[in-house]
Amino acid sequence: MTRLNLLLVAVLTACALGLVTSQHQARKLFGELEQEQERSRQLGVEYGQLQLEASTWAVHARVERIASRQLHMRVPDAKRLQIVGPREVAK
Amino acid sequence: MNFAASPVLALTLPIWRSRLLLYVFIACFALLLGRAVYLQGLNNDFLQAKGESRYSRVIEIPANRGRILDRNGEALAISTPVKSIWAIPGEVHTSERQLARLAALLEMSPREIEKRLSDTGGDFVFLKRQIPPEVAERVAGLHIPGLFQNREYRRYYPSGEVTAHVLGFTGADDIGQEGVELAFQDGLAGKPGSRRVIKDRLGQTVEDVESIKAAQDGRDLALALDARIQSLAFSQLKAAVAQHQAKAGAVVVLDVDTGELLALANFPTYNPNNRNKLSGAQLRNRALTDTFEPGSTLKPFTVALALEGGRVRPDSVIQIAPGSLSIGAATIHDAHLERSLTVAQVIQKSSNVGAAKIALSLSAESMWEMFRDVGFGAAPGLGFPGEAGGKLRPYRSWRPIEQATMSYGHGISVSLVQLARAYSVFARDGELVPLSLLRVDIPPAARRVMAPKTAGAVRAMLEMAVNRSGTAPRAQIMGYRVAGKTGTAHKQENGVYATEKYVSSFVGFAPASHPRVVIAVMIDEPSAGRYYGGTVAAPLFAQVMAGALRVLDVPPDGPMQPIELPPEGEEVKESV
Repeated sequence: MTRLNLLLVAVLTACALGLVTSQHQARKLFGELEQEQERSRQLGVEYGQLQLEASTWAVHARVERIASRQLHMRVPDAKRLQIVGPREVAK
Repeated sequence: MNFAASPVLALTLPIWRSRLLLYVFIACFALLLGRAVYLQGLNNDFLQAKGESRYSRVIEIPANRGRILDRNGEALAISTPVKSIWAIPGEVHTSERQLARLAALLEMSPREIEKRLSDTGGDFVFLKRQIPPEVAERVAGLHIPGLFQNREYRRYYPSGEVTAHVLGFTGADDIGQEGVELAFQDGLAGKPGSRRVIKDRLGQTVEDVESIKAAQDGRDLALALDARIQSLAFSQLKAAVAQHQAKAGAVVVLDVDTGELLALANFPTYNPNNRNKLSGAQLRNRALTDTFEPGSTLKPFTVALALEGGRVRPDSVIQIAPGSLSIGAATIHDAHLERSLTVAQVIQKSSNVGAAKIALSLSAESMWEMFRDVGFGAAPGLGFPGEAGGKLRPYRSWRPIEQATMSYGHGISVSLVQLARAYSVFARDGELVPLSLLRVDIPPAARRVMAPKTAGAVRAMLEMAVNRSGTAPRAQIMGYRVAGKTGTAHKQENGVYATEKYVSSFVGFAPASHPRVVIAVMIDEPSAGRYYGGTVAAPLFAQVMAGALRVLDVPPDGPMQPIELPPEGEEVKESV
């Protein structure tokens, strides 16, 4: 009888310790999850800002200015244009 | 000594005293037990809440406002988080140095900050809103008590003034105030959510208790707008307004097949990212919310009606001599020397007398119906805030002279968008398509307003108007067949026509063999000497159209010959 009781006490203690550790683990993991979520929010914000930057650099007036002034590009006149429709490509 | 015999010990107390004490103790314990049961079991909400407030917090989950994209997915408006700095005035204590550094960071004067902190009796005051997060971090680094930060959103518009009038803008609270931002506020706005969590003593979240409300980000909005065409239309418009020293101008580009608004540019404009000094003139979306008397651009509708009813044919001859027409006390003048013109030539050379004569052969009711059918007198239904419907008076009140002048666009007012849409009827064989600000993937059902044959005949006339002997040779584009009509109208001021103020316009489409794009152009008060639609508005139309056709990969349908222009100053003048 005493032996059984001692065994039960040991099992109980083990269970209790297990609970404590798993709770601790859960909180730690949750903390990590929180951090990762915060990071994903941050990255989302950064993505928006980068998109904004990309759009700002790609403003057509700027692209056109660089193309014509720095790269000396110009629109070819209509005589030298050949427009290929999607149907002709399929052939 | 016999202690046992001590008289002190022999003293006996009455038994009831100990009993009484016992009962008093029992009663006290019962009271405590009862209170404990009451607090723990029966009425535990209050303490539970108090307890929870030590560790559980409701935190807000922010939601983003949706982006606005052009038809190809290019971002036109994006929200990013910023910070606002607020203070509880009574609790702020700063040293001189702190104040100076705060003022420098916020780009305010120290005196202004002090004033803000002192003049309100309340316990909340914004010091500055919408500052970049980096600056906010440095403000937090000053560790000033009583100073707090709030997360807010700020809307940025990368294309700035180019798309200002279409997109509109949002206010400090990220709520749409103008344009598309206002029109589609419900869909764009996100719904912030909230959740309950447990925080430890260090303020770190350790457990998620429940999600009270899920955050919902705003939906992205794909506009019909094509950023390339928009940018082109805007830059050409800006140049044209400067060249002709005009007061204002507007360009509208429509897709013929889908009714999508590919571009809408206004000048003057404003920068939506910096709205410190805004005037009403800058804010006005002339193409949508302003109406004007369109002038000769309305002639094709009168002619179409006459053709539809079988009253005339394109080659029917109309007497123009002696170049004027008296109706009652009023006289309509024409700038042409021809004695007679065919119906097609009335359009080509823009004859007022010819148009008036055709109009007078029609009933007022049928003219009114035609104007109403092509969308005049009613808002175009884009859902844009403040879109104008123009003025189309009921036909019962028309006098003959008014019916005559309406045939060439006076006594009726329309917006530029309405005009462009009405021309899409000629471009797509007599059907009127609903307009859309948003990208359309399935073309909407159109409503037939005239026979395909009529629309085709008018289209041929409009093509003539653009050739060398028409009023708008400068609207030609190499490689494409163009059709369109000029308009030059006196401006009305206080109910009287101003002699020296004009509105020059041009509406047309291309390629004429299978129209893809309708463009309407309006220049308000050109004052550099030239004011005819054919010299002011037509070249702008040609530049924008050529660019739009190139962007949309439309194959050429015309001869690849250099454009022939009549010698300077010898163009056919339209009647004003």
